[in-house]
Amino acid sequence: MSALLEIKNLHVSVADTEILKGLSLSVSAGEVHAIMGPNGSGKSTLSYVLAGRDGYEITNGDILLNGVSLKGMNPEDRAIAGLFLAFQYPLEIPGVTNMTFLKTSVNAVRRGRGEEEMDAASFLRFVREKAKALRLDDDMLKRPLNVGFSGGEKKRNEILQMSVLEPLMAILDETDSGLDIDALKTVAEGVNALRDTQRGMLVITHYQRLLDYIKPDIVHILAGGQIVKTGSAELALELEKSGYADYVGEVVA
Amino acid sequence: MSQAKQNIEKETVEKVQSLAGEKYKYGFSTDIDSEKAPKGLNEDIIRFISAKKEEPEWLLEWRLDAFERWLTMSEPEWAMVDYPQIDYQDLYYYSAPKSMDDRPETLDEVDPELLRTYEKLGIPLYEQEVLAGVKNRVAVDAVFDSVSVATTFREELATAGVIFCSFSEAVKEHPELVKKYLGTVVPKSDNYFTALNSAVFSDGSFVYIPPNTRCPMELSTYFRINEPNTGQFERTLLIADKGSYVSYLEGCTAPMRDENQLHAAVVELVALEDAEIKYSTVQNWYPGDEEGRGGIYNFVTKRGDCRENNAKISWTQVETGSAITWKYPSCILRGDNTVGEFYSIAIGNNYQQIDSGTKMIHLGKNTSSRIISKGISAGKSSNAYRGQVSIHRKADKARNFTQCDSLLIGDTCSAHTVPYIETKNPSAILEHEATTSKISDDQLFYCQQRGLDAEEAVSLIVNGFCKDVLQHLPMEFAVEAQKLVGISLEGSVG
Ligand SMILES: Nc1ncnc2c1ncn2[C@@H]1O[C@H](COP(=O)(O)OP(=O)(O)OP(=O)(O)O)[C@@H](O)[C@H]1O
Ligand SMILES: [Mg+2]
Repeated sequence: MSALLEIKNLHVSVADTEILKGLSLSVSAGEVHAIMGPNGSGKSTLSYVLAGRDGYEITNGDILLNGVSLKGMNPEDRAIAGLFLAFQYPLEIPGVTNMTFLKTSVNAVRRGRGEEEMDAASFLRFVREKAKALRLDDDMLKRPLNVGFSGGEKKRNEILQMSVLEPLMAILDETDSGLDIDALKTVAEGVNALRDTQRGMLVITHYQRLLDYIKPDIVHILAGGQIVKTGSAELALELEKSGYADYVGEVVA
Repeated sequence: MSQAKQNIEKETVEKVQSLAGEKYKYGFSTDIDSEKAPKGLNEDIIRFISAKKEEPEWLLEWRLDAFERWLTMSEPEWAMVDYPQIDYQDLYYYSAPKSMDDRPETLDEVDPELLRTYEKLGIPLYEQEVLAGVKNRVAVDAVFDSVSVATTFREELATAGVIFCSFSEAVKEHPELVKKYLGTVVPKSDNYFTALNSAVFSDGSFVYIPPNTRCPMELSTYFRINEPNTGQFERTLLIADKGSYVSYLEGCTAPMRDENQLHAAVVELVALEDAEIKYSTVQNWYPGDEEGRGGIYNFVTKRGDCRENNAKISWTQVETGSAITWKYPSCILRGDNTVGEFYSIAIGNNYQQIDSGTKMIHLGKNTSSRIISKGISAGKSSNAYRGQVSIHRKADKARNFTQCDSLLIGDTCSAHTVPYIETKNPSAILEHEATTSKISDDQLFYCQQRGLDAEEAVSLIVNGFCKDVLQHLPMEFAVEAQKLVGISLEGSVG
């Protein structure tokens, strides 16, 4: 059986600088992988190139989602195919309420899949339920998207979007940074609630702490644009003690 | 393939096709025999128009006087718009469907080709349909080139004492009202285009709301330019008598043609004591094509007079069409405690040029005005907000709040803000805020990651940007306007 997400020898350049230098990784349905790595190692770059952001040029290698190459596919079609990225820095859209954004997004994805759009009443109920589970106030649904949201609220809101969109493959880019301990638990609960035999997740984080709540099946260390080590959940614990020194050295050499 | 799936695919294909064709879906023309005045402008043409409309002598004199003044004037040059010299002798000044000659009494007598045009435009001319269809009823005056084709719900309005008819009919049936108010808000020689309009105006709407009456339904006028090389010069006069209220909406469209067409309208509003007028415009004249060919030159003077105490006039405009927009709906706050409002969305795409804004003239005590302007520029368009707030000597405790926001899409368009503020009374309180922002690639990418295509994303972001203004439109038009905002920006990204 082929993997849900398969990244093969991926080389990516940004503004003519190579950032990812032959990264390979594969996530099967039902698995949660964690990626850890020093600042500037290319974690966000990986998440952006997976999502299809402009300016991230694949010079070599390939990305397959369910066996289909994502190369040349625009971001919205990747979203429709089931890829979701929780942003490290969620964007603000003044004047567009959180609710309107969610609805537009869900309906765009449904349309893209040839499914019927959701009617307003049942959608409202559906979202309220999800928001409640994430301890997001109803009030937050009426506010303009991310405008004036605290750092933690923005992150929780990303998870809300994820739980509403129910993606096949979710990438979470440092969703834990900026969260207080209670919010961290809530977010982890939200993520765990979505763990499913059909779904894959790639959780980018700097802190072992998050992995206490979201138990990864596999941990990767990304340094210098490559996966330099892959192991079990214990790898994260080791890192907590010894840092990246060993791995960073390996790449430079 | 399953039947359900086939249906869905068919729908998707149809939807895509309709979207592709929706760029300017009002661009068709109606093939109809028209009667025109000969090309050019002179006294004879004015006499011709006046005779066609069987006008009284005083109105002909009024027109001729305007024409004489116009001859001594020249086009204003201060606006940030650029267009080739207009040859005023190379235009038709009157064009009417021949079938309108013997004045149809009922819709059944109106040329079916005309009725089809309005059906295609989505304008309800059959009262039964309106009654059956939506909760909120709207009365429509439909103006086609130089004449009014039909006005609906007149009888029902008449029982409330409301007069809603074409300007030409008002001249015949309510000459005393026309004579009393015509030109009292916008003088004939106010500017070059008002003098031109006063000389050759063709048709438009007339509204009178009697004292202490709340107009029982929305009123609206729908302007359609059809004939090529023909100017449209409509004139609207709306009077809200003491203690009355009316909400009025106008819409405008024109066929796609390669040459430019001139539209120079005048709108006058009079609000007497305690009266309130809410005037909304959805202007969607043909904007020209991607290369800037064709489109309407829209030179319009709109002004409201809060003539007596406690009157209120509120302008809301959504300007998406026209190659050139030159338009400054204004309020004269003459009475004490009067209120003027201006809510505007002006969208320029491709080669459109917009110079629009408002004037708030504070004459009375405790007068207040509020200006919210949202300018959106895309393509190679230019978009200027030009606004004047003037506080006169006797206007004690006048207040104004102005907020002017510009949104840029891409790097080849421009936005300008030109505020003029004059205060001759030290008790005035004035606030002015202005912002300029851009739709960022990051915002677009964020929306796309959530499944929206680039155009949906722009439409969503722009609608968010315009929200404060959209919410001032009457409910039944807000949804339509939201869609229009998206459609008019098609092709602005990607
Ligand atoms: N647009 C760009 N132009 C040039 N260099 C870039 C650009 N975007 C990213 N980079 C560089 O690519 C490298 C990887 O950046 P990336 O954001 O992927 O790191 P990261 O692993 O997510 O770091 P952090 O842990 O700080 O979030 C960095 O050196 C960064 O400066
Ligand atoms: Mg990062």
